[in-house]
Amino acid sequence: MISFSVNRRPVKLDVDPSTPLLWVLRDNLALTGTKFGCGMAQCGACTVHIDGEAVRSCVAAVSRAEGKEVTTIEGLSADLSHPLQRAWIAEDVPQCGYCQSGQLMSAAVLLREKPRPTDEDIDQAMTGNICRCGTYPRIRKAIHRAAEMMSAGGAK
Amino acid sequence: MNTLQSGRPSGRRMERREFLKFSIAASGGLLIGLQLPGASMAAFAEEQSGMGFMPNAFVRIGTDDRITVIVNHSEMGQGVYTSLPMLLADELDGDWNKVGYESAPVDAKYNHPIFGMQITGGSSSVYSGFEQFRNAGAAARAMLIAAAAQQWKVDPASLRTESGAVVDGANRKLSYGQLAKAAAKMTPPAQVTLKDPKAFKLIGKATKRLDTPEKINGKAVFGIDVKNPGMLTAVVARAPVFGAKVKSFDDSHARSMPGVRKIVAVPSGVAVVADTFWQAKVARDAVRIDWDEGEMSTFSTTQMMQQFREQAKTPGKSVRTVGDPDAGLAKAAQKIEAVYEVPYLSHLMMEPLNCAVDLRADSCEIWTGTQFQTVDRAAAAKVAGLPNEKVQIHTTFLGGGFGRRATPQSDFVVEAVHVAKAAGAPVKVVWTREDDMQGGWYRPAFLHAIVGGVDANGNAVSWRSRLVGQSIMAGTMFEAMMMKGKNYDPASVEGVDDLPYEIPNLAVESHDAKNGVPVQWWRSVGHSHTGFATECFVDELAALGHKDPYEFRRGLLTKHPRHLGVLDLAAQKAGWGKPLPKGRGRGIAVHFAFESYNAQVAEASVTDGKIRVHRIVSVVDCGRYVNPGIIAAQLEGGAIFAASAALHQELTFEKGRLQQTNFHTFPVMRMNECPEIETHIVESNAKSGGIGEPGVPCTAPAIANAVFAVTGKRIRKLPMRMTEAV
Repeated sequence: MISFSVNRRPVKLDVDPSTPLLWVLRDNLALTGTKFGCGMAQCGACTVHIDGEAVRSCVAAVSRAEGKEVTTIEGLSADLSHPLQRAWIAEDVPQCGYCQSGQLMSAAVLLREKPRPTDEDIDQAMTGNICRCGTYPRIRKAIHRAAEMMSAGGAK
Repeated sequence: MNTLQSGRPSGRRMERREFLKFSIAASGGLLIGLQLPGASMAAFAEEQSGMGFMPNAFVRIGTDDRITVIVNHSEMGQGVYTSLPMLLADELDGDWNKVGYESAPVDAKYNHPIFGMQITGGSSSVYSGFEQFRNAGAAARAMLIAAAAQQWKVDPASLRTESGAVVDGANRKLSYGQLAKAAAKMTPPAQVTLKDPKAFKLIGKATKRLDTPEKINGKAVFGIDVKNPGMLTAVVARAPVFGAKVKSFDDSHARSMPGVRKIVAVPSGVAVVADTFWQAKVARDAVRIDWDEGEMSTFSTTQMMQQFREQAKTPGKSVRTVGDPDAGLAKAAQKIEAVYEVPYLSHLMMEPLNCAVDLRADSCEIWTGTQFQTVDRAAAAKVAGLPNEKVQIHTTFLGGGFGRRATPQSDFVVEAVHVAKAAGAPVKVVWTREDDMQGGWYRPAFLHAIVGGVDANGNAVSWRSRLVGQSIMAGTMFEAMMMKGKNYDPASVEGVDDLPYEIPNLAVESHDAKNGVPVQWWRSVGHSHTGFATECFVDELAALGHKDPYEFRRGLLTKHPRHLGVLDLAAQKAGWGKPLPKGRGRGIAVHFAFESYNAQVAEASVTDGKIRVHRIVSVVDCGRYVNPGIIAAQLEGGAIFAASAALHQELTFEKGRLQQTNFHTFPVMRMNECPEIETHIVESNAKSGGIGEPGVPCTAPAIANAVFAVTGKRIRKLPMRMTEAV
């Protein structure tokens, strides 16, 4: 049995502890917002937070989450109110949308660590997340916009 | 009904349409009935129960004022769930805040007006739906007005509509929701009057995408997310070499692994069916298979390109001849020969292929992200042993398509039906990234051998292009009609067969290469290589005659105002001719594809042999447009997609085995190397053109020409490597 919390909800599961967290989220917990892209931490589509740190869940065994708080895209906000989500809408970021959960989860950690990130900070934090549709220019703008909203509105 | 097809200018397009119609008839069983089960019938039932109003196949209006647009094209990032509803809602005078979307079921009434089957491709969704969706909106509006007129006992002509309501002269209002039940009893109009474009409220205005909210909170359902009660997951062990067959397999270890329900042989390999993906994947990797590798077991791309080079030394099948190219070359003051090579490429959608199937005795339901519903359904029906109308496809969101999910052989759908049949349970087949990359249906590798000459004044006098590559159409259901009257594949030469440059002597020749690598359309199809070869070579001719590459092109496009329009605006916006920071060069390219004109200027530098693209200016003339916001996004994405291929991507084979497996060996451009991209639209009242693909072809040549500007070296082979520059 493995116990951890997902989006502030406790879960207890009887799964092989070596199973990647990604597939436990998707197949056992029906949280399909976190995506499978590569299975080897190359693309970032599966990015979630474990105790606030960005983790590629496709290569993180579920045992790594034992006793910890996991946050997925479904837990970023209840109502699209996270500044990044608002900025993503304002900049019309997504195209196919498949990579965007991972992009947002990576960007959320960036903004917590660097509330006013530079372009270089964005390069560093976001280069692990591939977007095949090519939304990078809009992601960059949206991160800057979210940072401005946070500093102006004092949002957390 | 006023449709665009009657007025389309391109002979080639009409042909393609004809051939598709022909092939539907010829392949039998693809012609489908008009009244079929699916969402439209569900909507009909809803209408009967008083829930709302469905005036035609494309729109439903609820008593709650909600307007649902049923979209017959697949949403794969290009924004059809926004742009097509905009067309309908504008004519309907609907309240945009109440507009939603739904994917259409497979049904003949959702066929592409040009292609005659349900398909998303050829950058044609918006231009083929331009009148279709407007007509549907206008028809619904007329019925709502008729219902209000009856209720108020007034002349319909005295009424107007605004933002989801019918309004009379005294400003009395009835909302569309209030009118929905009564409107359902009205007769659909035989003819509708469309708005004067000056009255458009949505069309032509940047409008936020409707599907963004569900794509940023994890709710959007892609094919890979489908999970119905009792549905199992399968991972398939497929052939390591194209055409290989299973001789025997040993699943003794795999069979006893946790969660494994069944291990079954299917035509494509061995499928492991389990409770979850990870269980299926781990067990799949434990199945030992002895393959009969067949003819392709010695295949090597190095050898293939060598053969291409040999083939290019002999004349190919004649595609186009103007004047006397040999005589023109003989008289030229200076000549240049160049060989351009491009590799096989994977579409590499972010969402790996997948397909969910629930096969019952008398029905087959399929959930997948496909671009090719009609073809997939017929192929699935054949495997299921059911008539077409017993098969339904639920089109989910597509995590990218780029052409891969429009497969004439329906490979990923057919396989999933085989797996469901053998497993005897509802099952979702999921491909790993490696499976997806190694699964074939690539952009074919191509070689262009070009020779050209200029006179003593540096004017282009002759050009001969000789192409070698695999045909996409050969061997498919499209072959007969597509190649009718031609001994070459038009999809191989598109973009060079209509080279716009006014050169007095011109020849285009084509060699079809044959091998067992499955090839397919990849975002911009033939233009993905013809744009590169022709726009690099025209640059080489300009340099040969000591001309500025922008002015040189202008001089050869005097009868091509729309080419000139995008070229001039791109040059102007990019500051052509103005100084650049030291170490940077500019390159330019222009190309016509999918009924739209694109020009790009790239700025690049080269440091320690590494090419860096700093800026791309991309200008399009796509005629009358619907959503400039989406157009900008498609131009940005098209340039990045193309730059990824130009700088990094190549599929190679040794001993029949693909050498690339995942993103680390087939890299995609990432945030840290993404250039600044600036996009512009040339205002035009011409008929709408495409936008998903036209932004791709110019990027590689613009970058290559920028590299020449800064280094004096020519890139003639993709992906770009300075060590191979000449």
